Amino acid sequence: MAISPARMLVYLILILGSVVMIFPFLWLMRSSLMENGQIFIFPPQWIPAPFMWSNFSEALTTVPFALYFKNTMTIELFAVSGVLITSIMSAYSFARLKWPGRDFIFALLLGSMMLPYAVTLIPTFMLWKSLGALNSFLPLTVPAWFGGGAFNIFLLRQFFMSIPKELDEAAYMDGARPFTVLWKIIVPLAKPALIVVVIFSFIDVWNDFLGPIIYLNSDDKFTLALGLATFKGLYNAQWGYLMAASAAIVAPILLLFFFAQRYFIEGITLTGIKG
Amino acid sequence: MFFFVGQTSKKIVPKQRNRGLIRLFRIALQAIIRVSTKRLNIQQDRKGTSRMRTKSSGISRMERKWGIIFALPPILGLLCFTLYPVAASFFYSLTDWSIGNDWQMVGMDNYKTIFTGDPLFRKALYATTYYALGSVPIGLVVAFAVAMLLNQKVKGLSIFRTIFYLPTIVPSIANTILWLWIFNPDFGLLNSMLKSVGLPTSQWVYNESTAIPSLIMMSSWGVGNTILIFLAGLQGVPAHLYEAVEVDGGNRWHKFWHITIPCMTPTIFFNLVMALIGTFQAFNQAYVMTEGGPNNSTLFYVYYLYRKAFTESKIGYASALAWVLFIIIMALTLIVFKSSKRWVHYEEGGR
Repeated sequence: MAISPARMLVYLILILGSVVMIFPFLWLMRSSLMENGQIFIFPPQWIPAPFMWSNFSEALTTVPFALYFKNTMTIELFAVSGVLITSIMSAYSFARLKWPGRDFIFALLLGSMMLPYAVTLIPTFMLWKSLGALNSFLPLTVPAWFGGGAFNIFLLRQFFMSIPKELDEAAYMDGARPFTVLWKIIVPLAKPALIVVVIFSFIDVWNDFLGPIIYLNSDDKFTLALGLATFKGLYNAQWGYLMAASAAIVAPILLLFFFAQRYFIEGITLTGIKG
Repeated sequence: MFFFVGQTSKKIVPKQRNRGLIRLFRIALQAIIRVSTKRLNIQQDRKGTSRMRTKSSGISRMERKWGIIFALPPILGLLCFTLYPVAASFFYSLTDWSIGNDWQMVGMDNYKTIFTGDPLFRKALYATTYYALGSVPIGLVVAFAVAMLLNQKVKGLSIFRTIFYLPTIVPSIANTILWLWIFNPDFGLLNSMLKSVGLPTSQWVYNESTAIPSLIMMSSWGVGNTILIFLAGLQGVPAHLYEAVEVDGGNRWHKFWHITIPCMTPTIFFNLVMALIGTFQAFNQAYVMTEGGPNNSTLFYVYYLYRKAFTESKIGYASALAWVLFIIIMALTLIVFKSSKRWVHYEEGGR
């Protein structure tokens, strides 16, 4: 089968684009494994000689990244479970239960997605301050238990609505309560969508930066993202260390992505299509 | 109904220690129940009472009860983390409150200062608008073009899709540090490449006039999300429409202009609104990479607001800044929404 020039051009552009996309990653990897002398050679070299694996151990121990990892995972645990549980409940309610005011509340929720976070930032901070919860994980975890964000509710609602309603009705006729229907019928059928929610909220917490810088101020409470920013302040020109630390924080997310790629694509597609 | 009130308040707040929150919770619950019972009466009046005692009304009563219980978290979340903060921030903006001092109402003074006596506000607004005007259209066009290419039934679609999506999941802190290194004027990736082919180098984010364009360039690295949303939209364009154009003897260009673009307008609209809201609130780049410099050329609005609120502790003034941003974003969104009637085409009946 001959390839037409037009198709050749399509592949050419796509491959060029891919190279552009990949280059920064290569730059990150090669810098993270180089010693300072080699990093600053012109023209730049791409293969580290020697491979400085010690960059990683040095970078990750000069600042207590193990502790930051523990903190991040603690927040992950409480935030992601909160998002999952409350977004399942509320999406089910919005998708399949009829109650007065439902559509109004849902519209309000969707509207809140467009609200700039800058507006709610200061009063929310003052609220946590007055509760004495600054420099704790509460401001970063408790809000997750209040519905888990409009985005997740919207995503799950879309998915739940695609499950035939007759299933619920049959269960009701047998005397089941909504909780049973949700737990026994909806949740098992919606597993892919639930995984999407877990993955996205995990990444949100992992990447969150503004939250930690506002609420956490003693360095034994820092998260990985905040730790990395602090590290950057301490080792401003030590690019080998900085890249090693960055790579260490990027790597788990990349791994997660490669294992769960399907869910990423589905999740984005699910929310994007309807607009 | 009374039974239901007792049950939920016991169930949902067993260990809440804070009295204020409990009270807020009660008030919210009462309000919701009042509204719901009112609606119920109206419904009864309309339908008459005869049908209310059938089995299906039992189910609908159960749905109503559990529907509200299940939706309580987001309802309370809306109250505590959206409606209350919005109202409070407007109230703060009318005060001269800074943490640690007494405060008093100053009316619109903060707003007056913002618009007449604050050169940094103008800098911040300029930097942010410049960034948004650059990165939103470039991001949309690049993403659309890539999605169009990926939609040509290419081999290895999933590999390309992965590659273009990858940059999006890099944690933004790692991303900003990486790009700071890429932008490094002496040893960074970009200048090294330019130097090797004999082109003039640039100071990138370290120069007042190139800082924002550099950040725009950086932002177009991470358009993977938009690409995927466009791609899904393109795959949803009904094939029979293209066939109709072919029957009429139309070429690629006709297909693109008369089918693809109109069918994609809802998706473009969605991405446009989200990108606008997102870019007007850019923060991390300024905080980590440039600290607003050089010479405040990258003083992003939210970063300026953050400095006012959390380094200078000027809560009142920062809240006024937040509201100005809020109104700007709302106005922009409104303009896009209003204009959308003219350029966004929705399929009859929806999907």
